[in-house]
Amino acid sequence: MRYLTARKRAEGKGASHTGTEHHWKMQVSAAGLAVLVPTFVFLFGSTIGGTYEEVTADLTSPFLVILTALVLVVGMQHFAQGCKMAIEDYTQGSLRKGLIMLVFGLSYAITATGLFALAKLAL
Amino acid sequence: MVQFTLPKNSKMTTGKTWEAPKGATNLRKFQIYRWDPDTGENPRVDTYFVDMDKCGPMVLDALIKIKNEIDPTLTFRRSCREGICGSCAMNIDGINTLACIYGMDEIKGDVKIYPLPHMPVVKDLIPDLTHFYAQHASIMPWLETKTNRPAKEWKQSIEDRKKLDGLYECVMCASCSASCPSYWWNSDKYLGPAALLHAYRWIIDSRDEATGERLDELEDPFKLYRCHTIMNCAKTCPKGLNPAKAIAEIKKMMVSRHV
Repeated sequence: MRYLTARKRAEGKGASHTGTEHHWKMQVSAAGLAVLVPTFVFLFGSTIGGTYEEVTADLTSPFLVILTALVLVVGMQHFAQGCKMAIEDYTQGSLRKGLIMLVFGLSYAITATGLFALAKLAL
Repeated sequence: MVQFTLPKNSKMTTGKTWEAPKGATNLRKFQIYRWDPDTGENPRVDTYFVDMDKCGPMVLDALIKIKNEIDPTLTFRRSCREGICGSCAMNIDGINTLACIYGMDEIKGDVKIYPLPHMPVVKDLIPDLTHFYAQHASIMPWLETKTNRPAKEWKQSIEDRKKLDGLYECVMCASCSASCPSYWWNSDKYLGPAALLHAYRWIIDSRDEATGERLDELEDPFKLYRCHTIMNCAKTCPKGLNPAKAIAEIKKMMVSRHV
């Protein structure tokens, strides 16, 4: 029990003067993914059903490799930022901080692994 | 933080069924949330029967009739009975609205009445709005000026005045905030749709000179950006306002300062 005034409780520690950058990043990455993902699905989808050699041969095309890399990087950034928002919605305290670190770590690991695999196939 | 179950002392129990008025042919069943902090008992739902031939058309009419003629201990707020004061906001038939302007003909079946959701309850249908009002006060709901001229009247063009339409009508009934999942989970930090609608009302007032300071105070991942455009606020507003649009406009102003 803390004897705080209602106004002090409502204002808390005040505004952090952040958040707009995160909001804008989400808008930009969403707009980017709206173009990138359908293009990627259309181009990469055509390789489905092909042999290993045919698929790896397609992945030597600079356009497809760059496109795949962009989908991976922008997609995982968007995923991490979106998850951060959801975690902030539903959790509090140390659990919130821990989950945010976990999600960002996971997205960095997936991005790095994907880029490594892509480079290995393309080069 | 999100809660999946009610706390032990908030779990509902079966309440009392009050006797139906004798001789009435046009009866309507009302199931109303009851909780009295003085008894130490869990909340219950009492059942009442109202003779609709001797009752006004609005839900508030029935509540007043129940209090006057059946159960004087039923507690609720009401004042203007015409949608201006915002006192009688409650959850009726699953919708947060004002009992005084919600017609019983809009409800099919039994009338179920609960207090505004996810707000501390003072008694029966009365929510504790202390924090809600403090959040409203925190957005400086007044005209903030820096220059001292004109000394008398501060004029506004017809176009600038029109920008306040759809905003100034808010009666602070809390129906919108109590319908917002983001406000349910993070009302300690998130200002909620009502306070943000009022914040926007003062931001776009052509006479206000504290636009930057107002935006600075709102720029926060929780105070403003907890709004995920769920739109429950716009759907439930008994005055037909659109707080989600006002919040979106604030976000646009924030982005325009950055980009």
